[in-house]
Amino acid sequence: MKILATYNIKGGVGKTAAAVNLGYLAAADGYRVLLWDLDPQGAASYLFRIKPRVKGGGKAIIRGSKAIDGAIKGTDYDNLDLLPADFTYRNLDLLLGEAKRPTRRLATLLGPLKSEYDVVFLDCPPSISLLSESVLHAADLLLVPLIPTTLSVRTLDQLTDFVTGFNGHRPQVLAFFSMMDRRKRLHLQVASDLPAARSDVAVSAIPALSVIEQMSVQRAPIGAFAPRSVGARCYRELWLEARRRAALKPPA
Amino acid sequence: MLDEAGAGLDELAAVAPGAGLRWADGDGDGARSCRRTWLDTFDWRLYRAGLTLEQVTGDGAAGLTLTGRDGEELAAEQISPAGQSPRWPAKLDGLPAGPLRELLEPVVGVRALSPVARVTSRLTQRRALNSDAKIVARLGIERMSVTSPARAVAPPRLTLAAVRGYQAEADRLGAALTALSGVTPANGTALDAALAASGQRPGRTPGKASAVPLARDAPAATAMASIFAALFDVIEVNVGGAVRDIDSEFLHDLRVAVRWTRSGLKLGAIPGDLAVRFAPEFRWLGDLTTPARDLDVYLLGLPAMTASLEAGCAADLEPFRGHLERSRATAHRALTRGLRSARFGRLASGWRAELAAVRPQRKGGTVAQLADDRIGAANSRVLKAGRRITPSSPPERLHELRKRCKELRYLVEMFGSLHDPAVRWQAERELKSLQDCLGEFQDAQVQREEIGVFAAQMLAERSAPAPTLLAMGEIAACLARRQRQARSQFDARFAGFAGAPSQARLAALASAASA
Ligand SMILES: Nc1ncnc2c1ncn2[C@@H]1O[C@H](COP(=O)(O)OP(=O)(O)O)[C@@H](O)[C@H]1O
Ligand SMILES: [Mg+2]
Repeated sequence: MKILATYNIKGGVGKTAAAVNLGYLAAADGYRVLLWDLDPQGAASYLFRIKPRVKGGGKAIIRGSKAIDGAIKGTDYDNLDLLPADFTYRNLDLLLGEAKRPTRRLATLLGPLKSEYDVVFLDCPPSISLLSESVLHAADLLLVPLIPTTLSVRTLDQLTDFVTGFNGHRPQVLAFFSMMDRRKRLHLQVASDLPAARSDVAVSAIPALSVIEQMSVQRAPIGAFAPRSVGARCYRELWLEARRRAALKPPA
Repeated sequence: MLDEAGAGLDELAAVAPGAGLRWADGDGDGARSCRRTWLDTFDWRLYRAGLTLEQVTGDGAAGLTLTGRDGEELAAEQISPAGQSPRWPAKLDGLPAGPLRELLEPVVGVRALSPVARVTSRLTQRRALNSDAKIVARLGIERMSVTSPARAVAPPRLTLAAVRGYQAEADRLGAALTALSGVTPANGTALDAALAASGQRPGRTPGKASAVPLARDAPAATAMASIFAALFDVIEVNVGGAVRDIDSEFLHDLRVAVRWTRSGLKLGAIPGDLAVRFAPEFRWLGDLTTPARDLDVYLLGLPAMTASLEAGCAADLEPFRGHLERSRATAHRALTRGLRSARFGRLASGWRAELAAVRPQRKGGTVAQLADDRIGAANSRVLKAGRRITPSSPPERLHELRKRCKELRYLVEMFGSLHDPAVRWQAERELKSLQDCLGEFQDAQVQREEIGVFAAQMLAERSAPAPTLLAMGEIAACLARRQRQARSQFDARFAGFAGAPSQARLAALASAASA
């Protein structure tokens, strides 16, 4: 089982859009996929038409994997399940703080799911917190959406420095350009220079597209309602890159 | 959950709103068609073991799936491309090695698998949505057109599957569905449904000689006629498989029915000259089957014999196997000629006609009296023949005893419905223990003599390399060892049979008339 997390301390950069579309594509490949919507806002849950509610809330979830098992919902797509968000995830930091080894808690909770899923996507809320640290420790691959500005590169460097300091398990980092505006010269330049210079930046990028915005109207991954669109193609390329980077074995 | 629908499918539309849900437009992943073929042995070994083996062909791919009693999948094997699927009937060695074959081996044994039902199946799906337009359950509708064993259309089968986390919604839908007229919970597998549609039921083949139900006070003559008729059913039902050489059990079961018949003819319960007229015919039929069966036994035992080689190796025996297979092919041709001959046809029609005409005999007594008398006498003959055997007796004495044991065994089985099953089961077990020992003794001797004949034949044909002859010599030595071992067990086995508890059970079996 590989754990992939979409991660950025900023909101509105395309984390959820990536988690939902890549999760869909992984499942379409035949991997057994779980997407955990960790954001109390519940954007990923909303996109799958699943109520952002978990019995017992974040408290029950942090306590044990039995609650996780009971809370998982099947999406409309084969091989793709969702662990919904819950309003109480607002307090996840506090709850984690009370747990033993809080930064390892997420990894421990996901352990028992090994036999059931090949890939777990963690869709994180934007923040620096105990929760995000726990995500960083659990993940095998961090997918970091970047808005193509020089500033965003600085945040990537900070993140890389941070995880390099981890003892033991360290996630790989794969940043990708998100919401790229082809009409902005700076965007184009950064997006073409950086992947050539750095191995932790994906070659594929996700442009700003109205079809991606359409997801929240359709309440479905792009692949389900516009499989032949440019947006769908871009996410497919990104998925191939992420799959290679995460060294995922072909599905059984 | 599994349902069958009769007329109710048109009313499906109303079911979802009744459960607070609605149906999605269209049929989702689209309609699919596939061909389903269920396989079993001629005597339904899989079915009786609670197993279902199915081959599904569709979209250019084919797969075999074995499921258990509750429909849980035990093993599956992809046969791709579909062209590589075994040509049924096929024995297990025609299947790819793997977990599926391993699970089948102990159940199927030497028998071949044949299609027991074939259908073309069309699957459609309806998706139930909640108020968020989220899929919460899928209703599969399968329409099966049965093409074999008889053309028929089975009632649609409904399968309701909850999406994970939405069991409550699916349960509501299920309740609304079962409230429809014509929809009832399915009480069987798709195979059961396919067979039922073509007017059949699984598990029924008069493939083996077995006890027929008898009333104790039935007249002996007519009871025997019904036993003979049932035995002849077994003979006829196995002819096809024996001729087509589907597996070795057809011939074996046919022979057993012939032997039961021949013992039955000796009981003197049917009128006039019937036994005199037909005994030679059944003897002919029995003899006709002997060469092919002997070679079957040899070939079936060959892997074990090969494994027992110490000096030689498996490859050494390949020419011997080739010789056995060629001899068997010749024997099988002779068998086929016999089973298709006019003589066999006359035997069949004449015997059937005579049996139908049998009437109760004056002073013929009841079947229970007949069974008591003959079982008692057969037991006495076994005891007498057995007690004559001393450590210095020649092998012929043991062969003789084996024949007497067989006669007794057939009687006990043939009249089985007259007896307490527990007593009978125990008595059969004790008798079988003695028979196994005698069988091992005689078979080892016969096979040892035969291997000498085979060696001479192979030398004459110049098809016997020295390593083969040496390995055959090893087998002969091994057979001699087995025979000695069986001989050394004889005294204890016979003592067990002749002992008081076993004889008390036989006495009980020989007193059905007064029971
Ligand atoms: N490539 C894109 N092009 C256009 N709109 C996008 C794109 N990616 C995301 N969006 C939209 O931007 C908003 C925020 O995206 P989201 O994936 O929820 O970000 P995050 O999870 O990082 O907060 C959503 O309304 C989404 O539809
Ligand atoms: Mg988000």
